[in-house]
Amino acid sequence: MKKLINRQAGPVGRWALGLLPFVILAVLYLVASDARLDANPNDKLLPSLSSFSEAIERMAFEPSKRSGEYTLLVDTLASLQRLAIGVVISAMIGLVVGIATGSLPLFRAGISPLVTGMSLVPPLAILPILFIIFGLGELAKVMLIIIGITPFLIRDLQQRAEEIPTEQIIKMQTLGANTWQIITRLVWPQIMPRLLSSVRLSLGSAWLFLIAAEAIAATEGLGYRIFLVRRYLAMDVILPYVAWITFLAFALDFALKRYSQWRYPWFHGAQ
Amino acid sequence: MAAIEIKNLWKEYGQDVVLERLNASVEEGEFVTVVGASGCGKTTFLKMMLGTESPTRGELLLDGKPIPDEPDETRGIVFQRYSVLPHLTAVDNVMLAGELASSRWLGRVFGGKRRALREQAEEMLASVGLDHALSKYPHELSGGMQQRLALAQALIKKPRILLLDEPFGALDPGIRRDMHELVLDLWRKQDLTVFMITHDLAEGFFLGTRMWVFDKERLDPQTPGSYGARITYDLPVGNSDKGTLQSITQSVDSTARVLGA
Repeated sequence: MKKLINRQAGPVGRWALGLLPFVILAVLYLVASDARLDANPNDKLLPSLSSFSEAIERMAFEPSKRSGEYTLLVDTLASLQRLAIGVVISAMIGLVVGIATGSLPLFRAGISPLVTGMSLVPPLAILPILFIIFGLGELAKVMLIIIGITPFLIRDLQQRAEEIPTEQIIKMQTLGANTWQIITRLVWPQIMPRLLSSVRLSLGSAWLFLIAAEAIAATEGLGYRIFLVRRYLAMDVILPYVAWITFLAFALDFALKRYSQWRYPWFHGAQ
Repeated sequence: MAAIEIKNLWKEYGQDVVLERLNASVEEGEFVTVVGASGCGKTTFLKMMLGTESPTRGELLLDGKPIPDEPDETRGIVFQRYSVLPHLTAVDNVMLAGELASSRWLGRVFGGKRRALREQAEEMLASVGLDHALSKYPHELSGGMQQRLALAQALIKKPRILLLDEPFGALDPGIRRDMHELVLDLWRKQDLTVFMITHDLAEGFFLGTRMWVFDKERLDPQTPGSYGARITYDLPVGNSDKGTLQSITQSVDSTARVLGA
């Protein structure tokens, strides 16, 4: 028999091994939930499968009695809109500033220290300032996402722009390019797929800032709902919401990855 | 007038003298190969020709004027690696020079102008034997094909001087021979002035019209940086016998040992 370090799982084995922890967790949950509900049928901490499906039915497929809207849909659209606006604005700022500081030494000397300093400020610590300045509306929530992820995007893209081989920058000059043309025909196209992967990395923090902002001041949104029903210990709503947020995050990441592979074959082929 | 004139050229980095007292002049249409041990200033010389480094003392003249201190279209270059742009297909790589010249801001052209550029680019690619790979990305090409593409990309700009920085160093021997023939062929047909850096002495003897050996005449093993390299041999290619090759090899090897130690 081979040493453990040399043993590989086959295609079926890999799937089975990957699913195993999920199955174990699900079984553990069901057993624990059963035991608690046995002792106290009104227990709210580990709801049964049937109360999950009732809660999902109520939140997603029935109009709310109060407003007549589908709660999950309204929450999802509100959250995704904030997330999208925040991430797109951050990506654009990151792209422009990252390219400028990454390819122009004079810009780097002027802007880099400021960006480095700003990236060290914990964004949640200035959330109150944002609410004071921008009020409790949409702007403050979007600003929190922007302030949270833009410094990271700028620094990452600056580094990516600096990694473009000097040979290629010299080559462009020998082909007659001026600075602007080097940026538009060399740096920008080469940075785009890297921007997509930085955005994928920053989506996790973007969700964090979004939910934090919604928890404090909002009237709808996925984060708002979770923190609202927390008061009633409504685990039957919270857990499906968490699963839904996880699925949305996964879907966004997957879509960005596929788009990048389709749009920038040279980037993924060369790696 | 000579295309390139080198007059008492020195290059020093602080205490370290890399090149000292270089004097030479190169006529238009010459093909100069530069050989020597690593650390003997071949690359520094190339950088000065490119304009990314400037001489400490002395003069480096292109057509009687000091060489510009940044790269521009008078000097084309093919590096050992990273010479072509990975995000453009082969034909786009070759069209790039024309696009940059005709559109200051966008760096792109459309319509009839684009078709004309594309035709030129296709012709150029055919002359380096890449007519079958027009719409391939560089990562889909072999190392030899990438260097062919780099040559096509540089030559379509018709540079005054073509610089080659160990362009075939990473290629297999068989492919290297094909590339030698291609370079000689292009040089003859297009009346180029070529400088080629190589550390392969045999390559230097075989290619071009003239070979320079960069070597340290005086070498202090304790402080190898205190004396710079010079052009110790300036030979017309084709007139040299086996004995010369051997003595050059010996001298370059002993310098390499001291510098590498």
